[in-house]
Amino acid sequence: MRERQLRARDMLRGDLEGEELERYVEERVVMTTFEKMLGWARSNSMFPLSFGLACCAIEGIPMSAVTARYDIARFGAEAGRASPRQADFIVLSGRVSIKMAPVVRRLYDQMLEPKWAISMGACSSSGGMFSNYAVVQGADKFMPIDVHIPGCPPRPEAVLYGFNKLQRLVQGNPEQGWRARYGAAGTEEWARGGPRSEPSGEAAEAYEKARELLRA
Amino acid sequence: MPDAPGLELIRGEIEAEHPGAILDTGFAQDRAVLSIKPAHLIAVLTWLREAPGQEYTFLSSLHAADYLPAAPRFAVHYELLNRDRVERLRVKALLDDPGEGVLPELDSCVELFPTANFQEREVFDFFGIVFNGHPELTRILLPDDYVGWPQRRDFPVGGEPVTFTYNEKNYG
Repeated sequence: MRERQLRARDMLRGDLEGEELERYVEERVVMTTFEKMLGWARSNSMFPLSFGLACCAIEGIPMSAVTARYDIARFGAEAGRASPRQADFIVLSGRVSIKMAPVVRRLYDQMLEPKWAISMGACSSSGGMFSNYAVVQGADKFMPIDVHIPGCPPRPEAVLYGFNKLQRLVQGNPEQGWRARYGAAGTEEWARGGPRSEPSGEAAEAYEKARELLRA
Repeated sequence: MPDAPGLELIRGEIEAEHPGAILDTGFAQDRAVLSIKPAHLIAVLTWLREAPGQEYTFLSSLHAADYLPAAPRFAVHYELLNRDRVERLRVKALLDDPGEGVLPELDSCVELFPTANFQEREVFDFFGIVFNGHPELTRILLPDDYVGWPQRRDFPVGGEPVTFTYNEKNYG
């Protein structure tokens, strides 16, 4: 350690030369692509949407994520955002009733891309034990879900593991939003038609470009 | 709770004023039950509420049940309570199924017990029983444009599609 410090001092003074300088650079510089760095930065500061649906919002998120024992802050996802405009991902914590589903969908639509969704627990993944008139049988019936976490409620470790999976997803596909994964180009709110659906010129251009990239 | 002779006394007194109103009396789940014809519902409830010595002034619950193979098919239960004597009494209005596409009807008791307002809406919401004279008989828990009466026994289980009429109506 002391040796490294001294070498750094020599480097700053300009005393390092030749082979020593080469070794210094090799030890300290990591080469990567910008996309990888961006994905790495992005995946380590994910903002969840402060949002709860049912009992998983009580058992799961505070107990398994926020408390000091498990502490999702270790992975940089402790800063819950009260507005979907500022959030990176949404955790569906509990059963989604058919009356709540349009609201959930609207919150998800309001989030800025790139955005991700975790379905936490058996209910939001598959309807769970609620096979009845009121509950949607799996949240991916009405919105794209990236990670399903099973359990009723999931163990804290499972929640954190699910979040780590999401991080890996974010790092692996820095440019791929859910539209690319689901092949859903053309489903943007403003691209569907109807009132208030006129994109700006720039947006339309970017959109066309994105479509071409997706098709290629 | 009125005991068996007390229940028979109540039956006799109601029968004297409204002949044919009471179909049956009995005890179920440790609760005295008066089964009545729906046409006499308001008369019976008013009598139980006003008559000296009865004064069941508190409607602690109103709910419905579907006894599908049986006839009459529906029953709306009124759980009455006298708070001075702490006596409870259940009034069951038995309703026939009027057939496919027609909803069974019953008089609303909101005038008598204001608490029945939301509970009658809930019964309407889940069983499709229409309460005549209710000030605002709309769905209370399910979405406004929901089709069907999901707590009926012949309602299929699971697999509701999600409609986005709420979003489309409010946000375009």
